[in-house]
This record gives sequence, structure tokens and C-alpha cells, in this order.
Amino acid sequence: MTAYVIRRLLQAALILLGVSFITFFLLYVLPADPVRQIAGRSATPQTVANIRAQLGLDQPFVVQYWRYLTGLFQGDMGRSYLQKTDVTTLIMARLPASLLLMAAGIGAELVIGLTMGVIAALWRGRAVDNALMMTSFVTVSAPQFIVALLLLYVFAVKLGWFPIGGYGTAAHLVLPAMTLGILGSGWYARIMRSNMIEVLRTDFIRTARAKGLTRSRVVLRHAVPNAILPVIAMIGIDIGIFMGGIVVVEGVFGWPGIGQLAWQAIQRVDIPIIMGVTLVSACAIVLGNLLADLIAPLVDPRIRIR
Amino acid sequence: MTDATVTGAAHRPDGVWVRLLRRKLALLGMALVGLIVGAAVFAPWIAPYDPFEQHFDGLTLFGEPLKPGGAYLLGTDLLGRDLLSRLLYGARTSLIIGVVANGIALIIGTLIGLTAGFFQGWIGAVLMRFTDLMMAFPALLLAITLAAIFQPSLWIVAFVIAMVNWVQTARVIYTETTALTARDFIAAERTLGAGSARILFKHILPHLVPLIIVWGTLGISTTVLLEATLSYLGVGVQPPTPSWGNIIFENQTYFQAAPWLVFFPGAAIVTLALAFNLVGDALRDVLDPTLRGSD
Repeated sequence: MTAYVIRRLLQAALILLGVSFITFFLLYVLPADPVRQIAGRSATPQTVANIRAQLGLDQPFVVQYWRYLTGLFQGDMGRSYLQKTDVTTLIMARLPASLLLMAAGIGAELVIGLTMGVIAALWRGRAVDNALMMTSFVTVSAPQFIVALLLLYVFAVKLGWFPIGGYGTAAHLVLPAMTLGILGSGWYARIMRSNMIEVLRTDFIRTARAKGLTRSRVVLRHAVPNAILPVIAMIGIDIGIFMGGIVVVEGVFGWPGIGQLAWQAIQRVDIPIIMGVTLVSACAIVLGNLLADLIAPLVDPRIRIR
Repeated sequence: MTDATVTGAAHRPDGVWVRLLRRKLALLGMALVGLIVGAAVFAPWIAPYDPFEQHFDGLTLFGEPLKPGGAYLLGTDLLGRDLLSRLLYGARTSLIIGVVANGIALIIGTLIGLTAGFFQGWIGAVLMRFTDLMMAFPALLLAITLAAIFQPSLWIVAFVIAMVNWVQTARVIYTETTALTARDFIAAERTLGAGSARILFKHILPHLVPLIIVWGTLGISTTVLLEATLSYLGVGVQPPTPSWGNIIFENQTYFQAAPWLVFFPGAAIVTLALAFNLVGDALRDVLDPTLRGSD
């Protein structure tokens, strides 16, 4: 087990190294010039050259990458070109908001998705089941920004129940979390439904029924806990999916997380911030997948770690 | 004994089409796909107006877009252009990107998965580690960065989407190719003196066709959603070329007063993605050899 974890962590480190290299390389070869952004339009060629030298951008690629990498190992992600602040500081200031949103979003999708899955399995083949499965299809076919704008229109603009955007109170969290919750629920609903159908067929459920337990007790105490276990491992994968879409949901709701930080940086070619957010997101994805693989055998002993 | 042959013939599994057409959701999906493809192909004939023309009477006296109903069936946008016509032409953008980007992604994914699975060894290791690496990339962030830095055009957007979308296909094809390569009939081919190329194209690739069809169909959904998102952020297909995503991008400042400018294109995007998901899911049930007989 320990050896497995160590091996996976080493693999994760290598993957992150690769991600850093590819991102750095792409940003190096692409036709966007950060120096022009910093210097402004009216800058003389001399000023442009000075800024380029100051930032070390006149150095060859290998030198630049090596410098970035050695900084990274000391926890230094470089300085933002335009905000004149350390990228680490900027990301650390924004990360709590993103993590809060992620936790709320995953919580919402579990509640919605698992409930849908259980109901569909109990009324399998009936109209409720068909309707729920069709709904799950729609949720996996909807882009984030459309669900976000729809919720925003109905619950913030028309009904006025929640603020239109921003950050601070629990009310601000509801709509962005629901957006993520609705979008992720379809996936959980389908898995939960098939798990439940499988569990409901097993002998111990028949025994529980034969003992004379009520239907609700059999379902809630015996079937659901067993069907939920395999789902827990999926949460790890979900962290990665969340990190992928963070730019959009934070943008629509004005949520001050790392997604917005990245979006602003992309528009101004602020390369150190783009690098930083990409690496932090990649970290979350890799760790989430690792978590999923580690939890799977804990909840289901039939899965063995190799 | 004739009885046995007769029952044997009667039990022969129906063709793919027959089994596909028996599924209600697949039928719904195919009908929706047909509808949207029809709209895209016949856009010049069925669109009531020129999608680029800013109509004189397309705005109210206060310069607001017109509500749905009346001369402009779905209303007009902020520049007084007919929304329905823009949506019909937008279907072309979505489908072109869907087919081109997804086609490129499918080819890259299949080639990488096939090569890695068939040759294994260091080639396979390198290719699959690279695939793992791409899995760890925050795909949307990468796509946005690439699209923002290039001057986005229809083809750049298609290329960017292909670059981030081939990974899933590569993994699926790799797993299947590895399993196939280990089978006895491949070993038999080799003993008979067949070369690698012959085995790959005559014996392995044909077995992968169902898988490629399934992933190709599901992939169109993913592609359409990614294009819509990029265009919504303003780094996708650029106005005035209509795309369902950039119609929302152009009009979202006026969203609270004119919600139809977001909801109609939004509904179009969801419908298209849903249609391909429904067809793809049904195809998976019908074509996937590991699931055969389970329905």
C-alpha cells in the first residue's frame, strides 16, 4: 500500500512536470507578446527591449524554463507581469473561494444526483424513471454557462431570491453551487441507479425483506448505504471536472476564485498567472484521480490495489 | 434437424439499424439531429432574412431589440438582426466545428491508441504517458488560453478543440487494441507471415470500427459544448459569423431585458448536444461487443 502510494505520487510529480513543460512551451512559442502588453502601444523599441531583458524574456527557452522550475521547487511561481505581485500570493488569496465553491458544488450534485438515482431505481421502468433518466441526459448535454444564466435569470433577476453575483454570504453561494450541482447530477444519477438496481437484487436485501422490515427501512438502511459506497470514489474524479470548468462558472457569477484570476490573466497575456493556475488545477486533477483510486478499494474490498 | 436450422436463422441478431430504430430515445435523437442538419443545409432557403443584415425596423424607437413574435419570429438582437436567421446559420457553425474538430480528434486518438496498443514496448509507454499527461491538463483552461492567444477563426477553434479532445478516444482505443493484439487469431496471422501493417488494417482496425463510431458520435456533443463555451467567452468563433455561443456572448449585456437572446440559442445548443448524446448512447448499447445481448 505504502509502496503503491509512493509510486503514484512519483508518477503524479512527473505528470505535473510534464504539464509545466508543455504549458511553458506553448506560452513561449505562441504569437502573444507579454512585453507589448506591459509596455503599452506608445513605448519606444528601447523601452520594450529593456522590459524584455528585465523579465528575462530575452533568454533562450531552456534557460527561462529552468529558472521557472527552480523557482517552483522553492514555492515561487514567479511574479505577475501586470499586477506586480507574487503569483503564489495571488493564487493563495483566491484559492479559498474556489475551494468553497467546489465543496458546495460537489455537495449539491451528490444530493441531487443520488436522490434522482435512488428514485429512478425504485420505480424502475416507470414514467418517473424515464423522466429522471431523460433529465440526466439533458444535464450532461447542457453547457455550464447556459445553466448558470438560466438560474441567474429565474432566481436572481425574476424572483430576486438570491444576489445576481458576488461573494460574501451564503446566499451568494447558492446559485453557483446549484449550477455545478445540476450539471454534475446526471452522471451520479445514472451510476446510483444502476448500483441500486444491482444491490436490490442481492440476497441480503431479500433477507431484510423476509425479516419483515418496512420498505423504507430496507431501502434507506440496507440498500442505499451499499449502493453509495462505489460512488464515493467518483468524487475524486469530480474534483478534476470542477477544475476544468471553473473559469466559466466563476465568470458568470463574479465569484472571486482562481478561475476569474486565470481569465483576467489570459486576456492580458499575464503568463506567470496562467502558468500558476494551470499548475494548481493540474495538481487538483492528479490528486483527485489518486484519491479516487485510493478510496475505491477501501469502500469495495473486491477492488485490489496492484 | 431442419427445425434447428430454422430456429437458428430466426434467432440471428437483427441488424444494427433495426435494433437502433427500436429504441425510442435513439429515434428522438436521430430526429433532432436530422432537424438540425436540415436547418444547417437549407439555411439560405428557409431563413426569413439575411443573418447579417441590420434591419431598420429591427429595433424599437429606443434602440431595444424586438421581442419574439411579429415580423421577426424569434425577435431581433442588439444590432437589429433577425435572431431566427442567425440561429439557422449558427447551426452551420456548430455542425462544421462538430464534424471537423471531432474528426481530427478521432483520427489523432485512434492513431495514438492503436499504435500504443499494438506495438506496446517503449513506443506504447511514451504515447500512453503522454496521454496521461494530457488527462491532467485542465482542458477548458488550455483551450481558452490557446484560443485567446491565436487570432481565433473557425478553423483555429476547430484545431484547439481537437487538441484537447482526442485523449478519451486514445485511451479507449488503446485498451481495446491491447486486448485484441493478445488474442489467438492475431498470433495465428503472424505465424502465417502477415506483416504488422496487414494485421493492423485488415484485422484490428475493423474490430475497432464500432468503438470509433460510438466515440465519434458522443464526441460531437463534447465538441459542440466546448465550441459554445469558447464562443460565449469571446475566444471562439468571432462575430459577425453567427455561432450559437457567440450570439449569447454578443447579447448578454442586455440579458436581463431581453432574455430570449440567451434562451433561444441556449436551447439550440442543448438540443444539439442532447441529440448526439442520445444517438451515441444508443449506439453504444447496440454496437459495443462487450454489452451485446444485455439488452
